[in-house]
Amino acid sequence: MFYREAGDFKTSYQSDSQTFPIKFDRYRYYVVLVVAFGIIPFIINDYWANSLLLPFLIYAIAAIGLNILVGYCGQVSLGTGGFMAVGAYAVYKLMTAFPEVSMFIHVILAGGITAAVGVLFGLPSLRIKGFYLAVATLAAQFFLVWLFNRVPWFYNYSASGQINAPEREVFGVIITGANAPAWATYLFCLVFLTLCALIARNLTRGTMGRTWMAIRDMDIAAEIIGVNPLKAKMTAFAVSSFFIGISGALFFALYLGAVEVGEAFGIQKSFLVLFMVIIGGLGSIFGSFAGAAFLVLLPVVLKVVGADMLGWPTDIVAHLQLVIVGALIIVFLIMEPHGLAQLWRVAKEKLRLWPFPH
Amino acid sequence: MKMKLATAALSALIAAGPALADLTFPSLSYRTGAYAAGGIPFADGYADYFTLLNERDGGIGGVKANVLECETGYNTEKGVECYESTKGAGALVYQPLSTGITYQLIPKATADGIPIHSMGYGRTSAKNGKVFSNVFNYPANYWDGASGAVNYLLEINGGDIKGKKIALVYHNSAYGKEPIRTLEELSKKHGFELSTLPVDHPGQEQKSQWLQIRRDKPDYVLMWGWGVMNQVAVQEAANIRFPMENFIGIWWSGSENDVLPAGDAANGYKALTFHNVGTDFPLFDDLKKYVIDAGKAAGAGDQVGTVLYNRGLYAAMLAAEAAKKAQEISGKADITAADMRDGMEALEITEAKMAELGLPNFGPTFSVSCENHGGDALVGVTQWDATSKTWSLISDFKPTDGDVIGALIEEDSSAYATENNISPRCN
Repeated sequence: MFYREAGDFKTSYQSDSQTFPIKFDRYRYYVVLVVAFGIIPFIINDYWANSLLLPFLIYAIAAIGLNILVGYCGQVSLGTGGFMAVGAYAVYKLMTAFPEVSMFIHVILAGGITAAVGVLFGLPSLRIKGFYLAVATLAAQFFLVWLFNRVPWFYNYSASGQINAPEREVFGVIITGANAPAWATYLFCLVFLTLCALIARNLTRGTMGRTWMAIRDMDIAAEIIGVNPLKAKMTAFAVSSFFIGISGALFFALYLGAVEVGEAFGIQKSFLVLFMVIIGGLGSIFGSFAGAAFLVLLPVVLKVVGADMLGWPTDIVAHLQLVIVGALIIVFLIMEPHGLAQLWRVAKEKLRLWPFPH
Repeated sequence: MKMKLATAALSALIAAGPALADLTFPSLSYRTGAYAAGGIPFADGYADYFTLLNERDGGIGGVKANVLECETGYNTEKGVECYESTKGAGALVYQPLSTGITYQLIPKATADGIPIHSMGYGRTSAKNGKVFSNVFNYPANYWDGASGAVNYLLEINGGDIKGKKIALVYHNSAYGKEPIRTLEELSKKHGFELSTLPVDHPGQEQKSQWLQIRRDKPDYVLMWGWGVMNQVAVQEAANIRFPMENFIGIWWSGSENDVLPAGDAANGYKALTFHNVGTDFPLFDDLKKYVIDAGKAAGAGDQVGTVLYNRGLYAAMLAAEAAKKAQEISGKADITAADMRDGMEALEITEAKMAELGLPNFGPTFSVSCENHGGDALVGVTQWDATSKTWSLISDFKPTDGDVIGALIEEDSSAYATENNISPRCN
């Protein structure tokens, strides 16, 4: 009913292997793009941008990055918070050192710097696996936070150790600082998310993604058939950290505007992004979006419903929120261990057959 | 789908929330999370004072006060959400109650024209009203605290602390690092020896720091701690038999929560303060009559008279007085955030005014001006008595070293002004 596939023929390999081979999916994708780029920027206000959309877009980038490493390459990482901090501090140093350069370039450079740091901390993955690698990346998390707290050069010797994003422009529009209009910050993040998702999608279905998945599924077998584990693991760490660095840079410069490393990029951040990936679905780009949406939007929705609409005491709502989110995570993991992405896949299968399931 | 639900929920909310003709005071509280023990009494005190004004006086200048509580859990991201969701409701003044959220709101609230009152926390150099138009940190800030502690030590040592050893145990964050510069300057001026001992968040592990204190034997220990770090530090000090009367905490390290766990061993511990302690004030009778006995107390109602409850009450009192001042200046009862800012800038707290409010000598006297958003920087000292389980004010509100602090504030605020292209006001 919803998916009318009759007559939707593919006449070339290219059209057969496109991201959305079903026409209905493809049109829905275009509609989402049109709404996101063409409609939301005109109706957005500060509340929507700062409370819901910016964190969602930024966490989605981080989740895509971590998904490449954990979901596609099978290397467990607990260093996400630390790598986001690298992106944030890199963009801060760049922004203050070269104020006239466009923020686009700064954010991409911050991603590049994070990629280099990520490769450095990914080196142990050549020798250690599984839980032991998780511990090694945990060390990266603590080391990086300690470093940014300890060395005053990173925060430009400010008295409090906080970093503040000064006002910077892109094509003449203020993009950071308090006077940035909501639509501009939203569009800036959206452009990065779209690019990251496109790059991630195309990397994961090409040679590089296949070598990652080979390493994930069985590294010894992959090595025997000619996959270079050094190259595969290092590229996974580099690409993953690149995305995470971009998200960290946007998180600091556009979303929060002022950051203290221990509070904003602590171990909780690493867990939060890891939960997004696990709940959304390992090894799925859509899963990264779904996981980020789930963990960013659900607490806000619960707060709006509980505290603002029903008028319950705020502490009860905050505690209930923990209970509900926690319970939902457990329910999801028991009922659908492959995450929201798998749930979506099953739903889609059903819709394709509906109303005549066999 | 989730987006649609959120949209539906939000549009319903926007449709349901009528424009209230109240004076809205958002309270970014934290009744949950790691610091809840400190957040609950403050939030209760803040809410109870406004409830009292509504019940007893019918509001402020005839307009009811509406406390809009939003839970931050001491988390910066939730703080952003709280700010954005409450600012549309006509918020008059924000008390961010966390250094992280304050730093973040300083540029945002300035752009939106809403004043911030970071009372005894936040960015110290915001005292310079020439640069920070919308941020107020009266009656005292961290650098006043550092200087107040040193002045108190000077006082009990007959004006000479040359060669004394003072150790600073601090929370390794923006908050804890604040006093270091001031103490370094003061150590040059007065010739004492300063050593700094950072404690990493959350501060449950302090064995090595206190071992070092035991080895170095400093004459005095100062502490900039928060939450569980305070309790652990007091306990550790007791464990190494450090004399408690030589151990002085900042005002955020001086509540009942911090000393009760150590029991009798905490007897004699001192803390700085910028407001009085206890319930021995006429206002508390009204509070009992109109709020507590009427069953209108915020939270569980069991925090009345604790140090942090009094601090919340004091913050609410200052906000209400500023609102009255704003009504007086603007000539209308239903003030806006811009009027409120002007009211805060013209605020003057005298002994007579505090007595009139039923809070004689509850806080220092001070006045705010366009240049000076930090008041007159008077700091007192309290001491804990473990047998009667009470704090008492042992040193009245006394002036701090304005020369040293003024220079540091000028330096830090002008750096902020150049970084953000702010041209000084008040000319």
